[in-house]
Amino acid sequence: MSVINYASREINCKIVYYGPGLGGKTTNLKKVYEKVNPSNRGEMISLATDMDRTLFFDFVPVNLGTIRGFKTRFHLYTVPGQVYYNASRKLILRGVDGVVFVADSQIERLDDNVESIKNLIENLKEYNLKLSELPFVIQYNKRDLPNIAPLDQLERLLNPLKVPSFEAVATDGIAVFATLKEISKMVLKKLSQ
Amino acid sequence: MDYEQIDIFEEDFWKLKNILTNLKNILDARMILLIDRAGQLIASAGDPEDLDIMAFSSLVAADYAATSHLATLIGEDEFSTLHHQGQRHNIFIQIVNNKFILAVISKAHYPLGRVKVETLRTKQELSEVFVAITQKMQEEKPEKLPSEDLSSEIDNFLEDFFNNL
Repeated sequence: MSVINYASREINCKIVYYGPGLGGKTTNLKKVYEKVNPSNRGEMISLATDMDRTLFFDFVPVNLGTIRGFKTRFHLYTVPGQVYYNASRKLILRGVDGVVFVADSQIERLDDNVESIKNLIENLKEYNLKLSELPFVIQYNKRDLPNIAPLDQLERLLNPLKVPSFEAVATDGIAVFATLKEISKMVLKKLSQ
Repeated sequence: MDYEQIDIFEEDFWKLKNILTNLKNILDARMILLIDRAGQLIASAGDPEDLDIMAFSSLVAADYAATSHLATLIGEDEFSTLHHQGQRHNIFIQIVNNKFILAVISKAHYPLGRVKVETLRTKQELSEVFVAITQKMQEEKPEKLPSEDLSSEIDNFLEDFFNNL
């Protein structure tokens, strides 16, 4: 749920990074946290297991600046990707304004990606939301690995909605910001409609 | 489709702020925060000092969401309040109109019963303001950010931010 505060002149929006476990959602947020000037972002919160796997969510608030006198803040969240944390995933989607789906490009993870998208669609139903009506982008991550599926196969499987998609190597920061920029644009434009 | 947005106008913001300030003073609390269930801060009273209120708000929403789900697992509709007890401070959390969360950071020695009673009273006051806000949002659309040329303005605004990283 975006909050527009006309008194404090602030816009707050929530973006959720969704996708299968170990796909690179947390890495995306870590890169954002590392690269954005500390004066423009808050601290990163990670509710993770001892093994550094996301248990509940990661969170980074980013101030994008001021548009028409409104300070614009995006709250970036990840969900836990592992199948059995579905209850947590569902909770994080509450009030979402835009979704980034981080797919794992490796051939052996194709089914996991498909499952995860299906799961996203199911969980959005809980809040009467449809993926087709929500600002939504896809990031094909791990494009530097040798065993990756071709882009057209990934597009066919995961992107029937033909939303903007990006080939990324999140560990190197490649396309992390292009992805964030696109989803930010879509969310702000939707708000302005 | 449930794509929700809340617009807080100047007058309503100050109403909310005054209600929170009043509660803070009555309870001699460290801080009072009003947060939406997505974890976004709407208004607060008290000096955050070194408290990271963005992180605090997101964690309160997550805490409430998880507890609320626990309630449904045991057949309850919802737990409408939560209480965390610390050595120096306690946190009391109260849901408002099913969409907002009122979080009170009180001093640990302060009587919990009083916190509960005053928070419940405050909930009613906030509830009335939110009903009015919702009504207003249905009746009149505020001066939107938007206009025809906003699209290119958004593009330029994002270019500025991302090019400067």
